[in-house]
Amino acid sequence: MEILKKCLALFKTFFKIGAFTIGGGYAMLPLIQHEVAEKRKWIEESDMLDIVAIAESTPGPIAINTATFVGTKTCGFWGAFSATLGTVLPSFIIISTLSYVLEVLLDYEIVKFAFNGIRAGVIALIVKALWGMAKKCPWNILAYIIASIAFVLATFTGINVLYLILGGALVGLFAGIISKREVNK
Amino acid sequence: MIYLNLFLTFLKIGAFTFGGGYAMLPLMKQEVLLNAWMSEEQLLNFIAVAESTPGPVAINMATYIGVETGGLFGAFVATLGVVLPSFVVIMLVAKFYEKYKNSFIVKNCLTGLRPAVIGLMASAVITLGFGVLFPSGLSSIAFNFGTFASIVVFAIIVYLAFKKVSPIKLILLSALLGIAFGYAEKLIF
Repeated sequence: MEILKKCLALFKTFFKIGAFTIGGGYAMLPLIQHEVAEKRKWIEESDMLDIVAIAESTPGPIAINTATFVGTKTCGFWGAFSATLGTVLPSFIIISTLSYVLEVLLDYEIVKFAFNGIRAGVIALIVKALWGMAKKCPWNILAYIIASIAFVLATFTGINVLYLILGGALVGLFAGIISKREVNK
Repeated sequence: MIYLNLFLTFLKIGAFTFGGGYAMLPLMKQEVLLNAWMSEEQLLNFIAVAESTPGPVAINMATYIGVETGGLFGAFVATLGVVLPSFVVIMLVAKFYEKYKNSFIVKNCLTGLRPAVIGLMASAVITLGFGVLFPSGLSSIAFNFGTFASIVVFAIIVYLAFKKVSPIKLILLSALLGIAFGYAEKLIF
C-alpha cells in the first residue's frame, strides 16, 4: 500500500511538471527541484546537481532521465515507471490532439504567413541553444578537430550522423587512454 | 511495417542523443528526411510547436511524428521508443551511481562526443537555415522579398534570444513578424 501511495504521488507530481513546463528539459529543472526536493523531500537538494550531471551524460531526453532517476531512488522500478509515465502523458495527450488541429489551421493564409516567420525564428533559437552548448563544452585542440570534422562530414557528405557521434566518443576514449599512458610513463 | 520502423527509429534517437532537446536535431533531421516522414519545412514548423507546448521537446516531437505517420498507435510506439533507452540506462546508473560518475570510459567518451554533437548541430543549423532563407536553392539566389523577410526575422530573434527573452515569446514575435511581412508583400507586389 505504501508503495502504491508513493507511486501515485510520483505520477501526480511529474504529471504536473510535464503539463506546466514549456521549453523542454532544462526549463523543467527548477520545477523538479521545487516539487521533488523542497516540497516532497524525495531527494536531497544536493542531489539535484548530480542528477543534472547524470541526465546530461546519459542518452535520452533530460526530463525523462531526471524523472526516471528520481522515481528509481524513491520507489524502485515502479517509481521510475510512474514518474516517467507522468512526465510523458501530458505531452502525449496535448500533441496528439494538436496534430489534428494544426493540419486544419495550416490551410489558412494567415497561419502560413505566421509559420514563415516562425521558421526563421526557430533557426535563431537553435543558434542560441548551440551557442549555450558550445560555451559549456571544454575546448582544446582535440575538441576543435572533432567538431570541425563532424561539421564538414555532416554538411558535405551523406554520412550517417550516428557514425559521427560514435566516432567522436571513440576518439575521446582513445585520447584518454593515450594521455593516461603518458602520465604513467 | 510502419510501427516497427517508428519504434526502432525513435529508439535510436533516444539512445544516441546526449544533452537533451536540440542535441537530437541532427539525428532527428536525418531520420525524418530519410524515411520521408516530413519535409524540412514541416520539421521546423513543428520544432516551434514542440518548443511552445508543455512537456519535453523530445517527447513532443516523437508523439507528433508518430501520430502524423501512424495515428495514435504510431504516436505510442514512437514515444515508447524515445523513452525506453533513458529508462533502462538510468535504472542501471541509479544503482551503480558512484561507479558511473567516476568511470574512465564514460568520462572520456563524453569529452569526444560533446564536440562531435556541437559540430553536427552546427551543420544542421546551416543546412536548415539555408533552406529557410533560400527556399529555391543555391542555383537561384535571387534576392526576393521572402528572403529579406526571413533574414530580418532571424536577426531580430537572434538578438533578443541573446538578451535572454523567453523562447515562447520569441516564437510568438516571429509569428507576428511573419504575418506582418506576409501581408506587406501582398500589399506591395
